[in-house]
Amino acid sequence: MNEEIKAIWRSLFDWVMGNGPRPENEVIPPEPPPDLPFTLKPKDKYSRFHEATLRERYNQWLELHGLHIFSIVYSGLSVLTCVVIVSLLLATVAELPPFGHERNPANNEVIRRYVEHGGHETGAQNIVAGLILDYRAFDTFGESAVLFTAAVSVLMILGASRRNKQDNELSPNINEDGKNFLQRGPPIKTFRKDDAILRGVATLSIPVILMMGCVVVINGHLSPGGGFSGGAILSTALILAANAYGFERVHEFFNERTFIVSSSTALMIYAMSKGYSFFTGANHLHSIIPKGTIGNILSGGLILPLNICVGLIVAGTLYGFYALFSEGDM
Amino acid sequence: MIRVIIAGMLMLAGLFVLGIATIGIFRFSTMLNRIHVAAKCDTLGALLMLSGLIILSGWNVFSLKLLLVIIFLWLCNPAASHLVARAEVKTHPDINSICDYIDLTKENNNDSN
Repeated sequence: MNEEIKAIWRSLFDWVMGNGPRPENEVIPPEPPPDLPFTLKPKDKYSRFHEATLRERYNQWLELHGLHIFSIVYSGLSVLTCVVIVSLLLATVAELPPFGHERNPANNEVIRRYVEHGGHETGAQNIVAGLILDYRAFDTFGESAVLFTAAVSVLMILGASRRNKQDNELSPNINEDGKNFLQRGPPIKTFRKDDAILRGVATLSIPVILMMGCVVVINGHLSPGGGFSGGAILSTALILAANAYGFERVHEFFNERTFIVSSSTALMIYAMSKGYSFFTGANHLHSIIPKGTIGNILSGGLILPLNICVGLIVAGTLYGFYALFSEGDM
Repeated sequence: MIRVIIAGMLMLAGLFVLGIATIGIFRFSTMLNRIHVAAKCDTLGALLMLSGLIILSGWNVFSLKLLLVIIFLWLCNPAASHLVARAEVKTHPDINSICDYIDLTKENNNDSN
């Protein structure tokens, strides 16, 4: 009975994996012994009967069995490490407080403050947006600055390598058949054939994607979303346009200069507006920024412009990474 | 009641298509065959599943959103599969060994290959 189940399972496995029918009495030929890498030379070529010293014998033994023993020890240690870490994590999970219990340590007065007073203190219907762009706006400013710095560093490094490229250096290129080859001189613009299918799909979907990104950015304080996710959607539209119509078409309205100007302006607006609100808040001054009524599109104080700033930075950075790493240019 | 039965049949059909496609991804050997069945997974299987959900929920905004998801999938998934297959054809070192590749952009493809 057991053998039959095994045979059925094996035939199903063979069928799924696409193997041919297996012979009845399959004899697996034994593997030939590997070529031994005897690299050790006899130490003393003058003495005829040189007895191997302990160290030489150890080295020979190591060459014969070292890899085998290393693999055994390595797999054993990895299994042991996995078991230890999994058991530790499982023990931690067992010690966690029950989910959603009212006396959990995470359920403290901070959350109560956010939920109860977040609406009229920030003016945002979306508590998360009020959290990350009002209470903890400095944190979000740091994240945006990190993104911008990363994009600028990539721009500097790849741009420097592009500018320093000598004329007689070999650079990768693609000819008209799509084959890679090396040629002398700076890289020519890679040849791209027009793909009618991608072009049609892009023509249909890019306006929808752009509209979706703008909606997510602008409604950040009313509904789930915000600058980061909306900026990612906008950068998707840019990348799709670059793939469908070529980077030259995108360069017409979004190039290196546009990226630097828009991202720097967005960061500056962010820093100055939040600096103003930090200054007034810390000194107990009256802020002139109106909160608006909760639920309107023009509400939430600084959250809407800050969302737009973050969206601009994220969109430019993600598209910039793609363009820089695929084209070396932006 | 009849609505639930129709929706269940549609979703079972979608499940059948998805399962067959999943087996096919392992069953086929070359990448072009695999992308062929993987594209079925996201078009026909998702269409059947989502239309079953639409019938189950009736006329409301939720159905409209599911319809938009279907339109989006049918727009994007064939294009994505086409691009993956195209990249495979472009970068495979010996494409004629796995399929009969006829380059229509060349005039005399018999001589060049």
